[in-house]
Amino acid sequence: MSGNIFAHVSYFARQLKKTVIAAQNSHIVRGLKEAAIAAQNSHLAQRLKDAAIAAQGYHIGRPLKEAAIAAAVAFLLCIPMFVFKTIEAPGGLSLETRWGLVGAIVTFAFLGKLILGLLQSEHVLTKMPASSAFIANRWSDMFKFVGPAMIVFAVILPFLPFSDRYIMDLAVLVLTYVMLGWGLNIVVGLAGLLDLGYVAFYAVGAYSYALLAAHFGFSFWICLPLAGILAAFWGIILGFPVLRLRGDYLAIVTLAFGEIIRVVLLNWYEFTGGPDGLSGIPRPTFFGLEFSRWPQEGEETFHTFFGLDYSSLHRIIFLYYIILILALITNWVTIRLRKLPIGRAWEAMREDEIACKSLGINTVMTKLSAFAIGAMFGGFAGSFFATKQGFISPESFVFLESAIILAIVVLGGMGSQIGVAIAAVVLIGGLEYLRELTISKAIFGNSFDANQWRMVIFGLLMVMVMVWRPRGLIANRTPSVALQERRAIGADLVKEGQG
Amino acid sequence: MQISASTTPILKVEHLTMRFGGLVAVDDVSFEANRGDITAIIGPNGAGKTTLFNCITGFYKPTVGMITMTRANQSQFILERLPDYVISRNAGVARTFQNIRLFAGMTALENLLVAQHKELIAASGFTFGGILGLPSFKNAEKAALEKAANWLERVGLLDRADDAAGDLPYGAQRRLEIARAMCTEPELLCLDEPAAGLNPRESKELNRLLLSIRDQDGISILLIEHDMGVVMEISDHIVVLDHGKKISDGTPEQIRSDPAVIAAYLGVEDEETATIEEELSS
Repeated sequence: MSGNIFAHVSYFARQLKKTVIAAQNSHIVRGLKEAAIAAQNSHLAQRLKDAAIAAQGYHIGRPLKEAAIAAAVAFLLCIPMFVFKTIEAPGGLSLETRWGLVGAIVTFAFLGKLILGLLQSEHVLTKMPASSAFIANRWSDMFKFVGPAMIVFAVILPFLPFSDRYIMDLAVLVLTYVMLGWGLNIVVGLAGLLDLGYVAFYAVGAYSYALLAAHFGFSFWICLPLAGILAAFWGIILGFPVLRLRGDYLAIVTLAFGEIIRVVLLNWYEFTGGPDGLSGIPRPTFFGLEFSRWPQEGEETFHTFFGLDYSSLHRIIFLYYIILILALITNWVTIRLRKLPIGRAWEAMREDEIACKSLGINTVMTKLSAFAIGAMFGGFAGSFFATKQGFISPESFVFLESAIILAIVVLGGMGSQIGVAIAAVVLIGGLEYLRELTISKAIFGNSFDANQWRMVIFGLLMVMVMVWRPRGLIANRTPSVALQERRAIGADLVKEGQG
Repeated sequence: MQISASTTPILKVEHLTMRFGGLVAVDDVSFEANRGDITAIIGPNGAGKTTLFNCITGFYKPTVGMITMTRANQSQFILERLPDYVISRNAGVARTFQNIRLFAGMTALENLLVAQHKELIAASGFTFGGILGLPSFKNAEKAALEKAANWLERVGLLDRADDAAGDLPYGAQRRLEIARAMCTEPELLCLDEPAAGLNPRESKELNRLLLSIRDQDGISILLIEHDMGVVMEISDHIVVLDHGKKISDGTPEQIRSDPAVIAAYLGVEDEETATIEEELSS
């Protein structure tokens, strides 16, 4: 019976097909087709013209409209902030209006947005053209030489003529953040797990060293690996409860974890010293040689051993090289891990967790390993911080620190080692340097204090980077392995991870 | 292909039921897939095919029922008791997805290397040996690259090995996903609508690929497919589901003339029925 139904249906279908073919062949259809083609041709020129006009209108019209909106928003924001200023007048205060300033700000907003809009419509700024891979490759070519150049510069920095105490202190600070950025990059950039509580591991590392040194008298070089191991252990402790969480939820729990660690440090007075912190943390020694001015009985210090005049800079330079080596180890290990199966599994997990499971990858272990290794580098950086400062308190491990480290990773481009380094230099070094900036005084006159404006400049910089390169400075991904040629992968394809 | 009675079926599904709250997506389904066969699971939309697949590959835990996988060395795995990644790692079941799930930001080659995680992570001494660059890991990586290159060649993507998977055309992505699943060294390959969205030429290529996987590599295939051209041409055995129940089970010839199957397909819109039937009869 069923066979019959099939036979009938297919017969009808065949008949229908034949009819359609017959109709196509007939003159009526052919005539209609020709007429349609002719009509199309005659209208083609006209249509092209229309399209061109429409396109022009689009290019000028929309940016103008957007600029007007931006100007309006700027105006509304100015009313409470800039229009009125209280001045002292005889018999009390009086208001002064500053419409000129408001006008300048609104004009600036209008022109800025207009220029930005025009550039955008030309596909210059934000949108990558179709050949995003080409641009990605051009970028990676440019940065090929930046990395080695930066390392060489970092190695010779203490011996450059302009390197004074201030520069060296700043360089140590910047390198600490470079290392923290690289450590967090493993968790956020490679594994795609958004961690807002990274500073907790920094704190664990710092307190591990301080407490181990105080209670057992361990030296820095023994405590450094111990601090890393303890931080990794806490990374796993954090990892377990957040295994099932993704995205926003993961971010909230990691944030809470960071706060818990800080609050415990603050309140466990007998153990951590609470808000008083821990002081007298031993300084690192150079193969047993201390960096103090007066050698202890029967011992030598660094400057007496090498026959140098005492300089407080020696210790700073020594610290600088410790953090430089630690940071470079972090970098080397990360680069190496990316080419190992574990690193590929991290990146695959960032791309698609379900597919990972279907390929037999234990995502639980993969996530925990990312948390643990990221935390370990945080712990190293923490114990370095403790030995550098000689004093630690929970004040140093507030949420803002986590946010800054995350900002470094995001601005640098998640997963990009060199991008993170550049972002740390700009964000930490640049921000500090603005305090001392003298060029701004030359431009804006002596009354201009760059220090007062540095947060504004910082904010402006962040907005600019995010408009210009929404996925960070170096957003493209370099493949970990290649058969013929390693070509960078455009940012549009690489996922940020769902948490 | 003739089924020899002496061999145990590679996959045995017994009384499988999957409930989502009040909805019974799969209702008491039992069937067997024989070693070396291409077994197709067909059925109208919403028949529970993908749910059945997700139960077999461990993404869902079935409410009732037992799924037994028997490997060539006669070791048996009760799949519904295993965590999802173990099913792929130890039981030798690999799968692809209805909506392609490649690692879009990684190259085609990297995708195939991720699939060889099990061998590589062991060779890297759980990363510690790999960091030090031990020669045993280097050799394992070389072998993994060769295997990946071999599979890229078989799916015709060797010249695009270093392109991002997300940059490949749709048909190539489907083939790459199959190659990726094959790189896990499975014994049972589960394909969820591999021909969806392919043009007739690509569909033909896919048929050839699947037949070569069955005949050259000796891998059994479990297949969900809507394209009757593919199903009728390459399947050795077809299981038909409708509304979560198994309504028919047999060779393509038996299925084609089964009144229950025709009734199930006639239940849908007229034009759709016509095309399905035309394909069935062609």
